[in-house]
Amino acid sequence: MRGTLSDRMGAALLMAPLLLFLILAYAWPFLGVVKWSFTLPTPGLEQYHALLTDDLVQSVFIRTLRIAAIVTVVSVTAAYAITVVWVRGSPTQRVLAEFCILVPFWISVLTRAFGWVALLSNRGLINTWLQSIGFISEPLTLVRNEFGVIVGMSHFLIPFAVFPLASAMRSLDERVLLAARGLGSSRMRTFWTVFVPMTRSGIIGSALITFVFSLGFFVTPAILGGGRSVMIAELIYLRIFQSPDWGLGAAISVVLVVFVGALMALLFRYVKPKQLV
Amino acid sequence: MPTISLGTEERARMQQPGRAAEIKANGIGKSFGSFRALDNLTLDIGRGEFLTLLGPSGSGKTTFLMILAGFVQPSEGKLFSDGVDITNRPAEQRAAGMVFQGYALFPHMSVEQNIAFPLKVRKKSAAEIKTRVGEMVERVGLKGHEKKLPAQLSGGQQQRVALARALVFEPGVLLLDEPFSALDKSLRGQMQAEMKRLHQETGTTFVFVTHDQSEALALSSRVAIFNHGKLLQVGRPDEVYDRPANRFVAEFLGEINMLPVKGVRPADNGATGLCEDRAVNMRCKAETIKGDAILAIRPEDMSIAPEASVNENGIAATAVASTYLGAATKLDLTTRQGAKVTVSVPNEVAAAALSKGNSVWLTWPAEKGFLLPDGGQ
Repeated sequence: MRGTLSDRMGAALLMAPLLLFLILAYAWPFLGVVKWSFTLPTPGLEQYHALLTDDLVQSVFIRTLRIAAIVTVVSVTAAYAITVVWVRGSPTQRVLAEFCILVPFWISVLTRAFGWVALLSNRGLINTWLQSIGFISEPLTLVRNEFGVIVGMSHFLIPFAVFPLASAMRSLDERVLLAARGLGSSRMRTFWTVFVPMTRSGIIGSALITFVFSLGFFVTPAILGGGRSVMIAELIYLRIFQSPDWGLGAAISVVLVVFVGALMALLFRYVKPKQLV
Repeated sequence: MPTISLGTEERARMQQPGRAAEIKANGIGKSFGSFRALDNLTLDIGRGEFLTLLGPSGSGKTTFLMILAGFVQPSEGKLFSDGVDITNRPAEQRAAGMVFQGYALFPHMSVEQNIAFPLKVRKKSAAEIKTRVGEMVERVGLKGHEKKLPAQLSGGQQQRVALARALVFEPGVLLLDEPFSALDKSLRGQMQAEMKRLHQETGTTFVFVTHDQSEALALSSRVAIFNHGKLLQVGRPDEVYDRPANRFVAEFLGEINMLPVKGVRPADNGATGLCEDRAVNMRCKAETIKGDAILAIRPEDMSIAPEASVNENGIAATAVASTYLGAATKLDLTTRQGAKVTVSVPNEVAAAALSKGNSVWLTWPAEKGFLLPDGGQ
């Protein structure tokens, strides 16, 4: 249903402050970044050429894609299990699942990253406990590597992965599941051959959201990676703040934004925006 | 429009004796919290029968179907299939074919894959699945649509897929939950006819839920009428229509006129009493009813005449409205004492009776109608 002209004017007015803010605080400065990428230190495509040839930049790109892919698989899988309980569990299970999904939102990302350091470090809870029961003699390296980064990032992203899945599971027609069982299919078989395929749009939405978030992650990889497992966002930071290499930093930023933009476009082709909340 | 038909060979295979299930429900009850959905239901469903569960929404008919399918666990009572207690048997082991309201097709599977699903679950060989799905597709007239997804089909076609999927594994009983509610009227009639033929051809026991009384009367070998979680009456369509057990059944099955009769007492061949101060004879028995009662008569069993006749029961009435229906005329009348009556008469009868004004004589034969307790349900 389309509103009248004045309705639409009203809606535009209500959205104007946000749009204005985004233009002033995001789009305009970003155009500056784009300009730097072509002009610093000298005008030309030199920085983009460096991007394609610099081994360090390429290895960081590949690591970022690899970590983002693993985090996506881990988060979506874990989120799927939690969402099944949240949407289809008993009333008690639902409350418990909801608690598990919401509580992480109340704790800052920084606190959680340091929490994981405390748990995973060589003299952290997990290593001391495993040593005390005699399971291991030397501490396991659980942090300041990709493993720690993946754990910390997945923990942060699971709640975000839940919402598209929940929306897909809620809109599923219960009778289709009954039909499958009535036709002789066991619960397990019904889950894999009917339930999972029917929540496909949720899985795609959830995976894209997690992947896009992962690509630009800064705080968690910086803390849990301990400088050894650098991802793109941290590389940009280093290029701009530690080595005066603004041109390369800007070029990496532009590539990242374009890539994420393309993924978002893909996301909205598969999933309606309202399914993401 | 393609029709559903069986080859003789298939018919022979599907009509193997013992294929169709015989179901006994013994004292089945179901409560949802404080709501009593079904109360002490005892019902035998015969082998190969077409039984319709009829009632308004919330009457318990769908709950009973869900209990038969195994999706709802009864609070009390036992359920037997071919003499075996299946009360606690999970749905997936009952092997009842089911057609849901809205069809509940698998949206991500093609027509072929939907129909093959129950066979795959039963681990049939690929060759057997291919043959049987092919047969079924042809039988329900969906040839050429095998690769389509349910969303690409019309309502009637989806209905056919649902029927094919529920029948392909030759279940002992087919459960149908208001399968025609989403179809338009002409398509509904067509599907009803095909369903009836499919029942005759497969010989499977059909249990069909509907709130549409004409559908129930047209399709079933027996009708079970539900209200407020209770089974009120079970019988052949003509039995429940002509001899309803109570006022609810009488009114639910179709339009009916209620005339108060005073001083009912047994008489030769039935009963006699006073209707609006005129003696009326009734062939129905009055053993349980004495004194004041209600005489219930269907509109098509009454007629009108310009004058009183000695051979038939009759009272004076005034026509208040006349509706031309093509094949017949429907007349709304008010009796002298204010009872509202509807009759359906041939057009020329209506014209003749109304030629002398609106005052007419309302008549009915003694064989028609039945007595209900006064004000009783």
